[in-house]
Amino acid sequence: MCTYATVHTPVNGSAKGPNGSWLHVTNATVYFDHPVHAMAEHTLNIDLADPTKGPSARIAMELTADSARALVEAIQAALASAPAELTV
Amino acid sequence: MRTQTIRISGHDGDEIEAYLAQPDGDTARGGVVVIHHMPGYDRASKEIVRRFAELGYDAICPNLYWREAPGAAPDDASATARAQGGVPDERLVGDVGGAAAYLRSLPTSNGKVGTIGYCSGGRQSVLAGCNLDVDAVVDCYGAFVTGTPPEGFPMRGNLVDQLPNLRAPLLGLFGAEDSYPSPEQVQELRDILTANNKDFEMHTYENAGHAFFAVDRPAYRVEAANDGWERIAAFYGKHLGS
Repeated sequence: MCTYATVHTPVNGSAKGPNGSWLHVTNATVYFDHPVHAMAEHTLNIDLADPTKGPSARIAMELTADSARALVEAIQAALASAPAELTV
Repeated sequence: MRTQTIRISGHDGDEIEAYLAQPDGDTARGGVVVIHHMPGYDRASKEIVRRFAELGYDAICPNLYWREAPGAAPDDASATARAQGGVPDERLVGDVGGAAAYLRSLPTSNGKVGTIGYCSGGRQSVLAGCNLDVDAVVDCYGAFVTGTPPEGFPMRGNLVDQLPNLRAPLLGLFGAEDSYPSPEQVQELRDILTANNKDFEMHTYENAGHAFFAVDRPAYRVEAANDGWERIAAFYGKHLGS
């Protein structure tokens, strides 16, 4: 089904797109819904975007639920492995 | 067959993009408005438009995300529209109404227009049928025509209150393994339409779930899709013929 639910969060960083181009990203939208490309009925989708640069200024991910959870754990583990004073 | 990308007048008179496919010749014929799924005005949706032209109809698909992302790739447009809250029901009705009016303005029009939508478009096809003067409505596994969205969903609500206003015969095609809409929600739809003396037919396919028509997705089920296309052709032939 189309879940319609979309979670927004501001972000500050960069993401790399096609042709070696980097993009400063300011917004993340996260939703669990039908993918465009991934071979699964539903995926956890993440768009990292700079809306001021138009719809194509977007780095997109479509991850199965299991791999999305694994990614969350990996991010948490990577953050936890760094000295606390560096991740403030 | 001729295909072209055109501009039509949508909700509130806004100019929006649409994809049009027409059979050759000047024989009078019905029209079909294809309501694209949530991933957007994409290649698969345009293939469906061409299939209706091959079946003998003038067919059109309005780009529901044109306002948010004119000229963008379909996936980028979908992401942008989603980030901005999606398509309001009122605007959807206006855009489909504009597409139907465009079809009826064609010199080949016999005056009859049907709607069809898949997934979120299935619900929107029923929504259009409850609010517009159309002649046939096809709902392919649209979620939340009936049933209650889970708590916390920003859903636009189901269409239970609007179903008594349905103005056209409805064909519903569903998968037995789908959860949204579930077989229970499809039964609720059947019960409401029966109670309101509506003209409808529904088919639920075993061994099929959501999106079984989608040839480019793992959910594709060839037997259900082939039979569904035959039922759509027969339904439109009955209700949109000259």
